[in-house]
This record gives sequence, structure tokens and C-alpha cells, in this order.
Amino acid sequence: MEAFIETEKLTKCYGPVKAVQDLNMQVRKGEIFGFLGPNGAGKTTTIRIMTTLTKPSSGCVRINGFDVVKEADKVKKVIGVVQQHLSLDRDLTVRENLEFRARIHHLSAAERKKRISELLEYVELADCADRMIHTLSGGMQKRAAIACSLLHQPQVLFLDEPTVGLDAQGRRRLWDLVRRLNMDGTTIFLTTHYIEEAEALCHRVGIIHHGRLIALDTPLALREKLGLVAVEANLNNKETHYKYFPDRASATRYVQSLPATAGTVIIRDSNLEDVFVELTGEKVGGA
Amino acid sequence: MLRFLNDVYSVFWVDLRNLRHHWRSTLATSLVQPLLYLMAFGYGLGGGISLEGVSYLAFVIPGIVSLTAFSTSFNGAASKLQVDRFFYKSFDELLMSPVSIYSIIIGKALIGVLRGFISSSAILLVGVALSPKLIISLWLVLVLLASCFVFALFGVLVALVINSHQGMSTFSNVVLLPMTFLSGTFFSLNQIPDVAKALLYALPLTHSSSTLRALALNAPFPWLSFFILIGFAAAFFTGCVLALKRASV
Ligand SMILES: Nc1ncnc2c1ncn2[C@@H]1O[C@H](COP(=O)(O)OP(=O)(O)OP(=O)(O)O)[C@@H](O)[C@H]1O
Ligand SMILES: [Mg+2]
Repeated sequence: MEAFIETEKLTKCYGPVKAVQDLNMQVRKGEIFGFLGPNGAGKTTTIRIMTTLTKPSSGCVRINGFDVVKEADKVKKVIGVVQQHLSLDRDLTVRENLEFRARIHHLSAAERKKRISELLEYVELADCADRMIHTLSGGMQKRAAIACSLLHQPQVLFLDEPTVGLDAQGRRRLWDLVRRLNMDGTTIFLTTHYIEEAEALCHRVGIIHHGRLIALDTPLALREKLGLVAVEANLNNKETHYKYFPDRASATRYVQSLPATAGTVIIRDSNLEDVFVELTGEKVGGA
Repeated sequence: MLRFLNDVYSVFWVDLRNLRHHWRSTLATSLVQPLLYLMAFGYGLGGGISLEGVSYLAFVIPGIVSLTAFSTSFNGAASKLQVDRFFYKSFDELLMSPVSIYSIIIGKALIGVLRGFISSSAILLVGVALSPKLIISLWLVLVLLASCFVFALFGVLVALVINSHQGMSTFSNVVLLPMTFLSGTFFSLNQIPDVAKALLYALPLTHSSSTLRALALNAPFPWLSFFILIGFAAAFFTGCVLALKRASV
């Protein structure tokens, strides 16, 4: 499959802080790509560079073959972004926000009318179109922001931590929306620090830690490298030890070999959190 | 050109919408201060005094009009832009749109121009009612509009350059407040020493108030001040362009 977004030795420094270091990766056309990492890993910085808002210190990014610095105008046409801090005017209604974004993307009056009512339906906000943003729930605000970012029919949509602060139901609903968008042909680049989100939603996941990409593959392949089955053993009631095995049979053999004095032992499927911890020695949520 | 104007309007449109939701409080906020000045300086202090051959009231009203134009235009443009940049963060959306930075700058200034012009016209009307010596002419209105534009561009520039709310309030206390009082708004610049005068002539408000005063009192038109005012507009606009072109962080 062709690469839609491509970074080459992408680096961004803020003074002594290296927010992003030597990032080399490719996002394919049509996939849902997840960028997984703890707070401060460099996710937002990467998105801001990809969306032309921040200039890289060195290296480059190409989207649809266009350089984000030198050919920003062409890049802007194909990207849509929902920022971590929703960039909506909170003292205006949903419809007014949509109208504004449609205007600055040069939609004609007729197109504006049509797209806005279509999108309000699409994100299931038609009933709330004339409510002020600040009176909406978090989930509704996110959906409003998504609608705003789709007006000019971008080929790739960037979502920076789209489900932070949403309840379980709101999160599911947003996942469905993202999947629907992807089915309709939009490439999705999303960041998250929720393991379940990356596992449930993303075709491929890149793990970023201290500004460096430390792994990139499908969730299944990442787990396979580690072992699909995990054993948690609390051997002397002190520290839990983790071991990984390719299948249940070998995991069971290991458990049987443990001394009888062993405390709690759990056999379960491994997950991306295990992958993350093994790669970094830290928890995703931060210690 | 058509695209440019259309974009300017799109940028202005969202601020207009915002104003529509809050116009009462906005208008009240920008009228209270100048009305107080009018009462305190015009009536309280200036009762019997006359200055440059006219009553102090007639002298000070054009000063207060330009001061109102200054503070309301500046704050109108600057505060909305700061909110867009740091609170709503919707300014990023403009930067990611195909709208040119020139349209963004002018569009963002217009809300200041509108607010400044409404408030200062209101004060001007009150002033004319109080002091019949003052004359309103088309020229006066145009120069007032031009002043609002200069000050709104100044507001846009400052809001683009200063990156925090804290910095903004420091700036308004340390730079703006002295400027509003000293720029020949309340007293004649003929009275002060030359060094201070040179300093005050480097401020845009000085030129706005002297131009407006000359027009309102039917004195010879200070062309130099007028051109300096236009020069300030060009300088502020260029500053905005540089600020937006500078690598964003
Ligand atoms: N404008 C800035 N100025 C200085 N440092 C910055 C700036 N933006 C980000 N950083 C630093 O760069 C690093 C990466 O930040 P970034 O916001 O990209 O992380 P993130 O992965 O998005 O984290 P989070 O999950 O908290 O959103 C952090 O150490 C942060 O402090
Ligand atoms: Mg972030």
C-alpha cells in the first residue's frame, strides 16, 4: 500500500527538550493509524508539525507527496485536524462554528448549506445545531469538532487524543464515528494514551516514548513479538513478575514448574500495555 | 482581490457573530470609562479653565474621543485575538485554512475598528451635545475611522507577539495606560518640555488626538500628524506580517 504520510528523521527541539527525535515512519492510505504514548511523549508536537502549525527543527514530513513546510498550501487542502484542546469558538453555536470553518475553506453559500446539514446528521448533532458549544457535553463537543474538520473533505483526519475525558458510552460512539469515517475512505491518524483504544480501533500502532518511535506494527504483530500469552506471578508476595509465551500450552508448562509456595498466578492474553512496559520499562500512564 | 475581501469578511464574520451574542456587555464596558473621564475632567476639573483659546471642555472632548477610539479599538482587536489564540485556540484553524495572512490581519483588526468606532462616535455625540463649539465633519469621521484602524492593527500586533495573558496585562498597564493619559489627550503638548514632547510625538495616540482636535475645533489641519498616523498603520501591519511569518511554535 502507498504511504500517505511519510516522515524522515523528523526532529523538534524546544530549547534543551527534544520533543520529537529522528522520527521515521509511514502512514498508509486508508488505514487507521494510532500513535500511542504517555504524556509528554511528543504526540501533539508530531501532529502540529504534520498539520503545518509548527516548523520542524530538522527532517521533513511529506503528506500525499507534498512537503509540509515548503508546500504547506497543498498540504492544507488534504488535511483535517481535531486538536487536543478543541479549537471551537465556545461562545458560538455548533452551526456558527461550522459556518465559520466552511467560509474560511472557501465553500460557496450553497455548498455550505448542504455540507453543514449533511455533517450535522453524520455526527448526530442535528438536534443541537443551534446550541452554544459550551452548553454541550464533552462527547458532543468532540463530535462537533470532528464535523468542523470535515467540511472541506480532507483525505486524512488527525485526531489528537479524541476520547480523553469521555465516558465509556461517549468513547464507543466516537470510535464508531471514526470507523465509519475510515470506511468512507478517510485515512485516520490518531493519538492516544489509552491502550484499549489503540487495540480496538487501530490497524497499525506506532509507540512513541520520549520523542522516539520505539515500535511500529499491527497490534497483533506487536503482541506476537512479545508472546501472545502473559503469565503474572506474585512469587514471594512482593513484586509481580511477568513472563510471555507464544501459546497457552507453554505458559501452562511454566506455571506448573513454579514452586508450590508461589502466590497468585494469572494466565491471560498479552496486550499492548505489556508491549509498552517491556519496551520502555514504564507504564503507559506514567509512573 | 475579490478573494482577499471575501476572506477578510470571513475572518471578521466570526467575531461579529461573537459580538452579537455579547453586544450589551461589550458596549457598556467600553462606554463607562470615557464617560467618567468626560465627567471628571470636563466638568469637575475644567469648569473655568480655557486652553489654546477654547474652553477646557471643548479642548478635552476630542482628546477623550481619540482616547476612546484608542483603548476600545486596541482592546477590541487584541482581546478577541488573544482569546482565539489561547482560550478557544481557534486561531490555529485560520492558520491551517487557505486564507492568506494579509486577510487574517485585516479581518482580525476589523472587530476592533467596529467597536472603537461605535464607542468613540457615541462619546463624540455626547461631547457635541455638551460643547456646541465642536464641529462634526465628514473628514472628522474619516480620520476617526482611520485612527480606529491604526489602533486595532496595533492591538493585533501586540496580541500576536505577546504569548500570555499575564504579559498582556503587564503591557496594558505599563505601556497603554501611560499612553492614554499622556498623548495630548487631557492637556496641550505646548505646555511640556521638549524632551518629553519628542517622546510623546513618537506615540500614535498623540497624532490621532491632535488631528481630531484640529478638525473638531476647525483649526488648521495637521497634515504631518495625519501622515505619521498612516505611517504607524503601515508599520503595525508589517509587524503583524513578520509575526505571522516567523516560525510558529
Ligand atoms: N510550545 C512548547 N514549548 C516548549 N516545550 C514544549 C512545547 N510544546 C511541547 N513541549 C514539550 O515537548 C514535549 C512533548 O510534548 P507534546 O505536547 O508533544 O506531548 P504529548 O505526547 O502530546 O503529551 P500529552 O499526552 O500530555 O498531550 C514535552 O516535554 C513538552 O513539555
Ligand atoms: Mg498531546
